[in-house]
Amino acid sequence: MPSLQSLDISARSGTTTPSPSVRQTTEVAKLIDESKCIGCKACQVACMNWNDLRDDIGTNVGVYDNPSDLTPSSWTLMRFFEVEVEKDKLEWLIRKDGCMHCADPGCLKACPSPGAIVKYSNGIVDFISENCIGCGYCVTGCPFDVPRISKTDNKAYKCSLCSDRIAVGQAPACVKTCPTGAISFGSKDDMKIYAEKRAGELRERGHKGAGVYDPKGVGGTHVMYVLKHADRPELVGLPKDPSVSTMVTLWKGATKPIATALMGVAAFAGFLHYVMVGPKEVEEDKEKEEA
Amino acid sequence: MSNPRYIERYTPKERGNHWIVALSFILAALSGLALFHPSLFFFSSLFGGGPWARILHPFIGVVMFLFFCITMVRFWKLNRMTDADRQWMKQIKSVIMNREKDLPEIGKYNAGQKYMFWLMVVCMWVLILTGIVMWRPYFAAWFPIDINRIAVVLHALSAVVLVIGIIVHVYAAIWVKGTMRAMIRGNVSAAWAKHHHPGWHREVTGDGK
Repeated sequence: MPSLQSLDISARSGTTTPSPSVRQTTEVAKLIDESKCIGCKACQVACMNWNDLRDDIGTNVGVYDNPSDLTPSSWTLMRFFEVEVEKDKLEWLIRKDGCMHCADPGCLKACPSPGAIVKYSNGIVDFISENCIGCGYCVTGCPFDVPRISKTDNKAYKCSLCSDRIAVGQAPACVKTCPTGAISFGSKDDMKIYAEKRAGELRERGHKGAGVYDPKGVGGTHVMYVLKHADRPELVGLPKDPSVSTMVTLWKGATKPIATALMGVAAFAGFLHYVMVGPKEVEEDKEKEEA
Repeated sequence: MSNPRYIERYTPKERGNHWIVALSFILAALSGLALFHPSLFFFSSLFGGGPWARILHPFIGVVMFLFFCITMVRFWKLNRMTDADRQWMKQIKSVIMNREKDLPEIGKYNAGQKYMFWLMVVCMWVLILTGIVMWRPYFAAWFPIDINRIAVVLHALSAVVLVIGIIVHVYAAIWVKGTMRAMIRGNVSAAWAKHHHPGWHREVTGDGK
């Protein structure tokens, strides 16, 4: 998706000045209720349908996960987990994987290409793939292992949260299609309230660890989960306390402008030294005498 | 011929090698800086845009590293530190202020040049190793993400250190008159050699004094 002269860009990759942000939109969120998901993969179908993407036919890897991982053309994926939560108590957990649309997106922070990744004021983190240079820094930056680089065009792809649908007041395709209502969409505030309510209901019904996954380490996310075991998100392949890696912050934080300035200072210091102290010359007469 | 006007300092092969490394460094530095900070992204235009800068940078880096290896092997022994070098470093202030009276006698290279050599050796190795870890689409997928994250930091850090080192290296050649021709024409004046590198001058001319 190209950015259609959006007026509501709150952050833009490879850019040090403010982006057009005169229009402020409501922060949105998608809420995925793990307890209501039946693993039908209708969301995967809707996603490829709306975005007009067809993945290659893959191979069966022995589990229900199909395809076996996110790919440049599969932006969402049902992941199936057979876990012994307690001894002799098997649970079959299903999680719809995809971009979390972090409030503090590591991909955007890492991206060196101006405008290849933008964050809109509604919270969506979008890849403007035509500006992508294929360096893969977004992969380095992402705490959720979401971006995938295409082997054919070397561009990064991921879930757009159907930014094109949301821009015209529609819910994301996966939300619209979900037959059990496991995926809902609305303002972030509303979704937080609804998520807490659902988590409370689950706890009442005996799921003691139920809770909301909206990790603070990345400033909260615009895709949230109600998890049956929110105290152990790693059971469904989610990091317990995700944040943008210290290495990435070090790499892309204050060190960069400082280092850039330092290189300029080094060159200027040389110039100053030359005009203030002067060159080292072997005197001509001495040279003649000795030659 | 015991007292020639000019003394050979670098052979044609050494010069050719140096300039291949130098030019590939400039290209690698410009394409790398393009991805280093948004204010420098415009450098990517010199390479045909962002994707081309990204594609070319690692290949240029490999050329730089391979030719640097030749330099590294050739000059390794000449850059061993001595006690005189340590004394020279202690008086670095006198060196910078062009007060050279009581500096220890210098051989083919002074301590500054030696440190520069070792700095380049370290930076080049860090750059090539971390560069491979970051190299998309070929090698990056072989390494775990944590290794990749350490690599990007070290790559950027060693690149900045190397760029600053090269700024010093280039400036030193501008600062000390008569140095440039050593790497361009291959020789230096006898007076230059005697003044800046008396130990080396004695060695090559067999001049007792």
